[in-house]
Parts: sequence; C-alpha cells; structure tokens
Amino acid sequence: MSETWLVVVFVGAGTVAIKSAGPVLLGGRPVPARLTGVVELLAPALLGALVAVQTFGDGQTLTVDARLIGVAAAGLALWRKAPMLVVVIVAAAATALARAMT
Amino acid sequence: MPHGCYRCAMAAERRYRDGARAVAPLALAVVGFGVSFGVLARTAGFGWLAPIAMSATTFAGSAQFAAMSIVGDSGTVAAAVTAALLLNARYGPIGVSVAPWLSGSLPSRFLRAQLVVDESWAISAEGDGRFDPRMLVGSGLLLYVSWVSGTAIGSIGGEALGDPARLGLDAAFPALFLALLVPQIRSRKPLAAAMLGATIALVLTPFAPAGVPIIAASVACVLGVRR
Repeated sequence: MSETWLVVVFVGAGTVAIKSAGPVLLGGRPVPARLTGVVELLAPALLGALVAVQTFGDGQTLTVDARLIGVAAAGLALWRKAPMLVVVIVAAAATALARAMT
Repeated sequence: MPHGCYRCAMAAERRYRDGARAVAPLALAVVGFGVSFGVLARTAGFGWLAPIAMSATTFAGSAQFAAMSIVGDSGTVAAAVTAALLLNARYGPIGVSVAPWLSGSLPSRFLRAQLVVDESWAISAEGDGRFDPRMLVGSGLLLYVSWVSGTAIGSIGGEALGDPARLGLDAAFPALFLALLVPQIRSRKPLAAAMLGATIALVLTPFAPAGVPIIAASVACVLGVRR
C-alpha cells in the first residue's frame, strides 16, 4: 500500500474511533449531577478557543491579518442582532474586501 | 398511529430540517474548502481517489489539510497520522458532551457520532450543556455531503476554481463560531470559560503541535466544578 493510502486508512480509523468513544460508551446516559456544571462549560470553552485560533492562528504562529477585520465585522453584525447567515456573509465579504485592497 | 405521535413525528422531522437550514450558509463555505482540499491533495500527489476517500471517512477539514501537507512535504506517515489525530482529539471531549443526548441502539449512536464536526456540534448546542440530536444529524448530513462533493469537484475537476481565501471564506468559520458562542453566554461563568479557553489556545499555539491548543482549552470547563 502506498504512503498516501496508509495515511488515509490510519487517520480515518483513528478519527472514527475518537468520534465514537463518547456516544458509544456513554450514549443516552444522563451526566452525573456533580459534572453537569463542568460539561455545561465545555461548549463555551471550546468555541472561544476555536474563534481565537481560527482568527489569529497560522500553523504554529499567530498573525493579525484580514480575518480579524471579518471577525470584527461579524461581531458588529451580532451586536446589531443580525441573523447568522448575514453574520457569516458579512465576515467573508469584509475579509475579501480587505484582501482586495491590500 | 395515535394523533399525538403523528405530530411528534412531524416535529422531529422539522428539527432535522432546521439543522440543515441553520448550517446552510456555512455549507457553501465547506464546499469551497472541500474543493481546495481536493485540489491541494491532488497537487501533493494524493491522486484523485484518495482525497475523496479521506473526506468520506475522516470528515474533519483541519486534520485532513494537516495530514496532506505533511505527506506533500515528504514527511513520514507516522508524523502525518499523529498530527491529524492530535487535531481531531477535541472530538473526544466534544463526543462526551453530546453523548447524553444520543440515545438509541449502538450502531445508531456509532453512525450519528460520525456526523459530529465543530459546526454541527455548535449548531445543535442549546446552551446549559443541552444538545438537540436531530439538529446535529440534519446539519451534520448536509455538511458531510458538502465536504465530500466539494472534495470530489476539486480532486477531479482541478484548479480552475480559485482560492477560497480570496473570497474571505476562511473568516466565515471564526465568524460562525462567534455567532454560536454569543447566545451561550448567559452569565459570568460561560463568559469566563470562553475567555480562558481562547487564552489557553492562543498562548499554546506557538509552542504546542497543531490541535493541542484546542484540546487544552477544554480544561477551562473546570470553572464549572460544583462543591
């Protein structure tokens, strides 16, 4: 098997295993009361990290580029209570515009 | 079928569609990134079939880009697999967070777990740790079809389609995550968790291999420990 297909097979099998672990082992069982507070905060913690890394991350370096303008525009749109579709389009358009001008 | 159950079934079907509809604007961006993955994988010597097979089985953009670029830079198989699985390790805690809401038989839980990606997970989050499994499946299916078909267009169709960054599509993803984060912040604790998560991820980015900063950020949820 070529290296390419080895990577495809191992990454695929590993990812399927990681994704299944929680739902297969714990599926349908309520969270123990002591842990609900922790699990509740998992979403905001991971979402905060995703926003930060996808705005400033470029491989292993941090950069400030046109994405920040898009995310700032999205923040403004959210503050004006714009629907999600508008927020996403505003972000892409502001970033594309900033790139076209530089 | 009793009248009440018929209405339940209708309501259930609506939630699947709600999920697909909610993620539709992003599905377009996902097609664009699928195309660029297909094109780049082809130029990195993956052939046309392997990128499609990878999108269909792995279904996780960042990990696939990482694995492909490492192989393209003549890195080892072990390095490519390790980087990709580190990037996907966040699906461990993410899977635990949706597990209580995914009931049903083991094969059904296994299959639905594959539809969990950042975007479908975030769209189905209702706040306070609750998730709507139907929104998850509806949005996840649309994203899956978008990602695999985009990859196929890119790897078979070639380079004519341009760079998604030029269209600003790379900013669509953090914007979506911000849009999904805002309604979760109903009190001081989720705000603190989001800020701490973002800080941990940014501080670790220059030092840790890609993927580790996001997993490490999940530690911020210990702010919710009840004594």
